[in-house]
Amino acid sequence: MSAPLAKVADAERVLDVANLRAYYQTWHFGVSRDVRAVDGVTLHVDRNEIYGLAGESSCGKSTLIRTIVRAIRPPLAVVEGSVRFDFGGRACDIYALDRARLAGIRWRHLSYILQGSMNVLNPVRRVRESFVDFAFRHIGKPMPQFLALVEDHLARLRLDPAVLGSFPHELSGGMRQRVTIALASVCRPDFIVADEPTTALDVVVQKDVLALLREVQRQIRSSMILVTHDIGVHANATDRLGVMYAGRLIEEGRTGEVIREPRHPYTAQLVTSLPRIGDIEPKQGLDGAPPSLAAPPPGCRFHPRCPLAMEMCRREHPPMVEVAAGHRVACWVKAPPGGMAAP
Amino acid sequence: MSALLDIDRVGMTYVSGTLLARRVVRAVDDLSLRLEAGRPEIVAIIGESGSGKTTLARMILNLATPTDGVIRFRGTDVAKIRSNHARADFMRQVQPIFQNPFEAFNPLKRVDRYLFMSARRLADARGAEVDALADRALHQVGLSLAELRGRFPHELSGGQLQRAAIARALISAPKLIVADEPVSMVDASLRMSIVNLFRSLRDELHVSIVYITHDLATAYYISDRVLIMQRGRAVESGAAREVLANPQHPYSRLLKASVLSPEDAGKPTIAANT
Repeated sequence: MSAPLAKVADAERVLDVANLRAYYQTWHFGVSRDVRAVDGVTLHVDRNEIYGLAGESSCGKSTLIRTIVRAIRPPLAVVEGSVRFDFGGRACDIYALDRARLAGIRWRHLSYILQGSMNVLNPVRRVRESFVDFAFRHIGKPMPQFLALVEDHLARLRLDPAVLGSFPHELSGGMRQRVTIALASVCRPDFIVADEPTTALDVVVQKDVLALLREVQRQIRSSMILVTHDIGVHANATDRLGVMYAGRLIEEGRTGEVIREPRHPYTAQLVTSLPRIGDIEPKQGLDGAPPSLAAPPPGCRFHPRCPLAMEMCRREHPPMVEVAAGHRVACWVKAPPGGMAAP
Repeated sequence: MSALLDIDRVGMTYVSGTLLARRVVRAVDDLSLRLEAGRPEIVAIIGESGSGKTTLARMILNLATPTDGVIRFRGTDVAKIRSNHARADFMRQVQPIFQNPFEAFNPLKRVDRYLFMSARRLADARGAEVDALADRALHQVGLSLAELRGRFPHELSGGQLQRAAIARALISAPKLIVADEPVSMVDASLRMSIVNLFRSLRDELHVSIVYITHDLATAYYISDRVLIMQRGRAVESGAAREVLANPQHPYSRLLKASVLSPEDAGKPTIAANT
């Protein structure tokens, strides 16, 4: 949370998250308790790129992105680290902005497709009114032109402009999801955060919605963070992939590389345990449960479930080590610092 | 061979609205399926949302009465079950597992209580027997009563809770389990252990399972037969491996083409299904 408006070093970078820690801090009767939902995450997202974030429920994915877009409220607080955006040369630290400037950035430069966005649309207002509520003030055009622009946008996304006259309950789940994607992209933002956009949909609709999401991103050349626990979705929709476990990023790299050659034992387990059509080999799930974030195990947080755990893993948390260009892993066994690291 | 479950041309029509603005939805239409007794198998019912899968599950469980056709369980028409005694007897043999374990259990009640209630009411256990039965069922799913005693649902992970739900269903030693999307709310790393558990229920406890899902990959992995549903109708059925490896009906092909496989990683060229 240092001084705002410093130029971000790499011009192509849109988002830079450095050593971010966000805890849910509660204090009852003199007993304080920290739930370390995001613990020292460093990542960056380049322009015109879809960054995937994978991990199971309660590993801190949603907390991380809520922290990134500064949609946090107590007891969640940022304890350390910074989140910097660079919207076309205008760099800013999102936690150093005042309310007015934050409101100016939101939706115009930074928009957010929420989890279960089926329920985001106001049930007693027509879809058109939701568009007006969210986007009208950012576009800065008179109402008739604004509505024409919205209709154009829907047509470009191959959505029937007639949906504008419908109430949310008259649309199917997939249709509502498409409307929220159109809503999040109507101002042509530089950065879109999508939290589990397809989780509630079935396979056929899921594929269409992902295709739409990807097309929107290509059309407006924005960057995107796509959060989902489904590795199949990541494989087909994202450019780079970060895997989270218990509040920490444990592996990151190009999606194809991470899925084809996972280094971290947790990632390897996630990828190999998936059944595939045409493959009847017996598969094993992981034993044990994800750790509690209020009292995470010492050292590497995966060690109680890890088949490769050594003495070192129980004592110290492994750092992120680059094992190949752009492929970083936090594991004492698979990526010892200074050992296997690429020259 | 006699049939364990015989679904004979059932249909379900929902009517909503008033006299003048009536809307009729045909949720299940002319559907037949037969599971043989003495040959435990896993039958997967696959289809998109709104294809009538859950309605079918509710009819098998006797939570809804079909508007056409008959469902027979071991020769008895399920819809004709009236007396408490007959109903308890039916519940002993047919048990459900629901999609979201966090919704299936009351968050304010301890999880072990559900196991004890099932043991008392469905297995007629008393006293120390109750604990023994609950413990045995939990051991069958890889848990133990010692781990679970006194715990509330929020203290368990989704995978553990779903296992507890399966253990509860096993207490009365059922012949048939109807599992409605049992793994779609369970984390990816725990999903396979639940799926493998179903397989061992079939092989070791000889329970037949109706496995309702929209995930073709797990259906391929564990089921013996599949039935693909579209808008209430069965469009394709047969041996699981054959049907899913080489689907014939256009809808089955569309379903298979929509599966996002990790094998396509690195070439994100996803295209809409026209």
